[in-house]
Amino acid sequence: MYAVNYHKPASIEDAVAAIGGADEAKILAGGQTLLPTMKQHLAAPSDVIDIRGIGGMTDIAVRGDTVTIGAAATHAAVAGSNEVGSVCPALAALAAGIGDPAVRHMGTIGGSIANNDPAADYPAGLLALGATIVTNNREIAADEFFTGMFTTALEDGEIITAINVSAPGKAAYAKFRNPASRYAMVGVFVAKTGDGARVAVTGAGEDGVFRHDGLEQALGTNWSPDAVDAVAVSADGLMSDIHASADYRAHLIKVMAKRAVAAAG
Amino acid sequence: MSEGIGAAVKRKEDKRFITGRGKYTDDIRMENQAYGAFVRSPHAHAEIRGIDATAALAMEGVIAVHTGPELKEDGIGDIITGWAIHSKDGNPMNVGAWNPMATARVRHVGEPVAIVIAESQALARLAAEAVEVDYEELPAVAAATRALEDGAPLLHDNVPGNLIFDWEIGDEAAADAGLAGAAHITELDIVNNRLAPNAIEPRSAIAVYNDIDDHYTLYTTSQNPHVARLVLSAFYNVAPEHKLRVIAPDVGGGFGSKIYIYPEEITCLWASMKTGRSVKWTSDRSEAFMTDAHARDHVTKARMGFDADGKIVGLKVNTVANIGAYASLFATATPTYLYGTLLSGQYDITNVYCDVKAVHTNTVPVDAYRGAGRPEATFVMERLMETAAREMGMDPAELRRRNFITEFPHQTPVIMTYDSGDFHALLEKGQAAADVAGFAARKAEAASRGKLRGIGYSCYIEACGIAPSKAVGSLGAGVGLWESAEVRVNPVGTIEILTGSHAHGQGHETTFAQVVSDRFGLPMDNITIVHGDTDKVQMGMGTYGSRSGAVGMNAIVKAMDKVEAKVKKIAAHTLEASEDDIVIEDGEVKVAGTDKKMAWHEVGLAAYTAHNLPDGMEPGLKEGAFYDPTNFTFPSGTYICEVEVDPETGVVEIVQFTAADDFGTVINPMIVEGQVHGGVTQGIGQALLENVVYDEDGQLITGSYMDYCMPRADDVPSYVLEHSTTVAPSNPLGVKGCGEAGAIGSPPAVINAITDAIGNNNLTMPATPQKVWAAIQEVGLPQAAE
Repeated sequence: MYAVNYHKPASIEDAVAAIGGADEAKILAGGQTLLPTMKQHLAAPSDVIDIRGIGGMTDIAVRGDTVTIGAAATHAAVAGSNEVGSVCPALAALAAGIGDPAVRHMGTIGGSIANNDPAADYPAGLLALGATIVTNNREIAADEFFTGMFTTALEDGEIITAINVSAPGKAAYAKFRNPASRYAMVGVFVAKTGDGARVAVTGAGEDGVFRHDGLEQALGTNWSPDAVDAVAVSADGLMSDIHASADYRAHLIKVMAKRAVAAAG
Repeated sequence: MSEGIGAAVKRKEDKRFITGRGKYTDDIRMENQAYGAFVRSPHAHAEIRGIDATAALAMEGVIAVHTGPELKEDGIGDIITGWAIHSKDGNPMNVGAWNPMATARVRHVGEPVAIVIAESQALARLAAEAVEVDYEELPAVAAATRALEDGAPLLHDNVPGNLIFDWEIGDEAAADAGLAGAAHITELDIVNNRLAPNAIEPRSAIAVYNDIDDHYTLYTTSQNPHVARLVLSAFYNVAPEHKLRVIAPDVGGGFGSKIYIYPEEITCLWASMKTGRSVKWTSDRSEAFMTDAHARDHVTKARMGFDADGKIVGLKVNTVANIGAYASLFATATPTYLYGTLLSGQYDITNVYCDVKAVHTNTVPVDAYRGAGRPEATFVMERLMETAAREMGMDPAELRRRNFITEFPHQTPVIMTYDSGDFHALLEKGQAAADVAGFAARKAEAASRGKLRGIGYSCYIEACGIAPSKAVGSLGAGVGLWESAEVRVNPVGTIEILTGSHAHGQGHETTFAQVVSDRFGLPMDNITIVHGDTDKVQMGMGTYGSRSGAVGMNAIVKAMDKVEAKVKKIAAHTLEASEDDIVIEDGEVKVAGTDKKMAWHEVGLAAYTAHNLPDGMEPGLKEGAFYDPTNFTFPSGTYICEVEVDPETGVVEIVQFTAADDFGTVINPMIVEGQVHGGVTQGIGQALLENVVYDEDGQLITGSYMDYCMPRADDVPSYVLEHSTTVAPSNPLGVKGCGEAGAIGSPPAVINAITDAIGNNNLTMPATPQKVWAAIQEVGLPQAAE
């Protein structure tokens, strides 16, 4: 570790000012990726802006069929939230399965999606649910937000303030954990919505989370585990590493999709 | 006696461990303490063209930067290999020189090239990043089989073809003849995967140099502080033994990895003298993956022949063992005398031959780790037996029964003389406890849930209680492998036991006290175990090879024999009786058949007041002993594993694991149970989860827990444990040792169970979901699950 300037602003305006005044600022939302990387000296920001003290950042509220989750809500808070549970229990269940208790009590939804780790769970959930990411400047559809591995549509200095999720008809998440890290080696979130089926895959794609057209079409026509059987899932564009080849990941996408649909009912 | 031998006494040491009040090396802070950080090679193989520490030295708070050539100039010696092996052509082994810090060339990722000493740990690490090393990269090789190929990169000028030795054991012509006449031959290609030890406490050292007395103290994470002092003194020339004190305080696990005296500890001692500061270094987990001695890493071809009745008629094994960039302390013994000598297993085989080629590669040194050679041998034997039974259409238990050794002592064709055991009894106990009879029904029930259920055996034998000195000396060991003890009876009758064994999780403070309590009938609370400090304890050899019970505790017994003799003399004199009539029971020293007696503490007091001792007797009551056993000990057992495989994903669940062990006399069954749990879990880790991966260029891929998969509690079942005891005839207590057995016996049971479940024998460790799924794809789904 090395010397770093720490800020804990009470408002978005102060946060933006702190970012603007720093040589190289990083936003600290939960620190579950940022702090280990800083300890290993793989990241070395001059200033860290802790946004957890900003008013409203940890609030979770329901309006109509939509739940608004503050960006600094921890995974444990989302997992245990009656509001999230009432709108989308599958998202609460996803949050309950992230990392371990220590991670769930520090890591936040905003931090997770801003980092957009290719093996993180939330990107799959928010993409499949067609969530809206709210920042200090604008609202971004999930389809536009996740742009590639560790990259998002966020601009420099832009701060996620909340995530809006509308209730799906049915939804579930099935995750095959990497045996070592227990991150998703393949995670598939399925959602049945008014516009049809949405299927998002994490842990597998070379460019991070992605939607799978074939699975969406099949499930849009016939929402059942059997519908998955006929879908060809290509290994093209999938990651290969010491834990899983692209072929194995492609196979697991089908297995996890079937299990998710079965769980969604 | 509720606290004596055989009692499940709770561990005395756990109060401090569980409440976080253990005192580990990194918990210790010296006055005037500075911090060391190492500059390490990012390359697997490179020439060092220059080191520029200007920027680091310019940082405020940086005290010094030192490099390998400076150690060499000061006469610090190269790191030694403790066991000399000869090739089958009679030539001595070739090992490359290992400088504590690289002088000209680095040969594995993580090899230290410089130490930075600074006022804080954070600063030392930042400054280490600022040291510029100019490397010229060289081609590298990580796999041992590739390192033997023509044209492979060469690591050391004095090691042609990277071949350290080509060793053999047994009679090749006899094994060939046996195989030639076989009715059936089973052949296997076996990889024994490379492991990282992962003790929970990383290595740590604090070196304290006192210039007034020209004296050094080293606090360090060692399993054998006396051996560390001997080697640091005699070979590394840090200081003569009487001016070097080594203290190994509480140590959080070792599994073999803390036997060795590593570059960092040597460098810290020298740097303390150089800077006049106490120098502390504590490894982080990333450094541990790169520098702690790794384990296993064998590639083997094995052929076993059987006659028409299933009797083994010949065994031939060819192994390539990866030793890493340098040959560490026991690295050459592990794949030879701790491996080839166990290739008779539990079986009566006349013809066994084994050839081992040991190879340098651009990887961290490989050395002994829980089991050390014996897990590799057991994996070869028990995979062969299970495979042969399937090929011959026999029950795997029956095939083993037909070949079991039943009479002892038994001389194997590969040196060992097994002294005791009852392999039939172990197999029966294991089968009963595992309800093997009910397996078919369980398999059918699993199939109804879409799961593939399989069962696998492993009948292991191992040689531990590593000793005796004369035998290991004749096989090339550089040291004797006895153990020492001193029994100090205080004037008030309490007892201090000074032992050369070292506890780093084993519970010696409890079990050793139980042995003393049992002997004299004293409460355990009156007995203290002292270990881990060369200033307090007489020379000892330390803890590894499951030797603390078989060798260490028996040294205490031998010292207690002497104490008992003197106590009887004093009591006989005081009570005016014959020595032969004196008995020691329940803390009292009595004249048998009378009411005449002395309390234990009265004898102690009499010894020290010395007012009324027999003529010519020296005052005091303190005796020492050095114990050197006459043979290894031979724990054995039957392990039976049942798995369920999810054919859709390849995920393996171990649904039942039964261990029936023969450890000889058991001192504390609860602690023995814990050792089996830990050992079996490590074995399951090897079989299912753990694997060190280097890429072709020698970069370490599994450098953190993101990629190196350690077993977690939910990866293993609740174990079913059984015992069937034959007492070890070679030592007074009759103990055999239990520390390594679980890790030795379990891997083949797991792989045998999975291959049974999926109907494909082509499966290597670790059997990850991907590999199991691929193996299922290779042969198609077994009928039962379709």
